Amino acid sequence: MTHYYKVNCTRDNLRLIREFVNVVLQNLSLSEIEVNQLVLAVDEICSNLIIYSHDCNPDESIEIHIRKQEKDLLFEIIDKDASFFDIKDYKEPEIEKLVQEKRKGGMGLMLVNRIMDSVELTTENKTNTWRLLKRMN
Amino acid sequence: MQIETESEEDFYIIKILGEVDVSSSIILHDAIQDAISKEETKILVDCQELTYIASAGLGVFTSIIQDFTDKNIHLALYNMSEKIKNVFEIVGLDNLLNIVSNLEEARKM
Repeated sequence: MTHYYKVNCTRDNLRLIREFVNVVLQNLSLSEIEVNQLVLAVDEICSNLIIYSHDCNPDESIEIHIRKQEKDLLFEIIDKDASFFDIKDYKEPEIEKLVQEKRKGGMGLMLVNRIMDSVELTTENKTNTWRLLKRMN
Repeated sequence: MQIETESEEDFYIIKILGEVDVSSSIILHDAIQDAISKEETKILVDCQELTYIASAGLGVFTSIIQDFTDKNIHLALYNMSEKIKNVFEIVGLDNLLNIVSNLEEARKM
């Protein structure tokens, strides 16, 4: 079964996205820490897309799909008319360096990569699809 | 998200209520900057009512640790739930911040 949610690109909708992920995960016998981690990972990708890729344009939208598979949970975040982003160019910053440089940013994708078992981004026909996979114990 | 502040002897307490996400993190940032401008040197952050923190909230802390060290400002976070502490641990910020169990320990740091 796939749970589906489509939202316009406004900052306020990030809270609704978190609620959606929370509700879907409530029936899966996950711990409070695990649920929080998965909500956070989806929130980080969606906030990047809504704020930086779509500039909080309410006329544009993204989709979130959550599918429970036999041994894992798959989160797909689909961004149509997306700007190009090459995930291979991403290099995880060192936390000590962020502190030295007094930087606020740089931890979003770090969190996502450390929480999920795999993170993939595919681009096809101007549509970016983020696939975040979490293995279930 | 809301912030409440109070002074208790030498200590300046910032209490976070609600979710610190990409939109509300500026409120926490401003509260801490306000404490610095008041020349507070012992700042305690009560996280009991903090229900969610995203990377933007963690970024508030990464951006101030160096200044706090340089200015010899004491900072401690306390009353943090396990799920919130886990987020600090994922990026290793628990090693760079004083995160303690309760107010009593925070005052001793």
